[in-house]
Amino acid sequence: MKPVNEMKLTFKSRSTNESFARTAVAAFVATLDPTVEEMTDIKTAVSEAVTNSIVHGYKESISDIYISAAIYPDNRVVIRIKDKGCGIEDIGQAMEPLYTSCTSGERAGLGFAVMQSLCDKVRVSSRAGRGTTVTLTRKISSRGGQDE
Amino acid sequence: MPVQIYLADEIMTACLGGEIDHHCAKYMREEIDGAAQRSHPSVLILDFKDVSFMDSSGIGLVMGRYSLMQELGGELRVVNLSGHIKKVMKLAGLDRLAVMETGGTSK
Repeated sequence: MKPVNEMKLTFKSRSTNESFARTAVAAFVATLDPTVEEMTDIKTAVSEAVTNSIVHGYKESISDIYISAAIYPDNRVVIRIKDKGCGIEDIGQAMEPLYTSCTSGERAGLGFAVMQSLCDKVRVSSRAGRGTTVTLTRKISSRGGQDE
Repeated sequence: MPVQIYLADEIMTACLGGEIDHHCAKYMREEIDGAAQRSHPSVLILDFKDVSFMDSSGIGLVMGRYSLMQELGGELRVVNLSGHIKKVMKLAGLDRLAVMETGGTSK
């Protein structure tokens, strides 16, 4: 199936851009007329993935984060968040709820759990030393003509 | 202002505002912890009334303040949670910590 619309975005891994990234993706998805809840779910999932790239992938050093998003005819939105950071040694462990490699005690270790619960599908591919790509899929309820 | 702190009779209320993500949580955490360390309140209330967005950084913020209040021998209450914020907190099982109050004043 070919996408009906696509976008690409590259930005620096500064924590101020967490807000920029989720807002930009939300604005792109807005063309599908999602519900407020669907919109917030997508913003939250994108925020988690981008934060992971900043905190874990690049360990707070400044480099590029790449987002691409596509909308498919069946109202599916596929969002890819990619970094060229340190990669994940053990994806299974990283995705375990409450697991965190962060020792400050301020990260809950729930990023992937949140993404999984708010999206229909979460795919993670990573190579140690090369980077990580997270692909989020979320279907938007079709409201066209069915409202009220 | 992302966080405003009020103290009355050993009850400290931190009114959080705007969007809670990894970027903003750090500032909120420092403000709240600084004030709590100085005044040792018996109750710390985190008020989410003016929070428009929250990701799992907000969970870390609540869990971290929960441990802080345990250390200080006080209690933590989390109030005025909107639908989305409640959903994210329930994911983390924070409702089981019995700190979540939705009360009559919630939006």
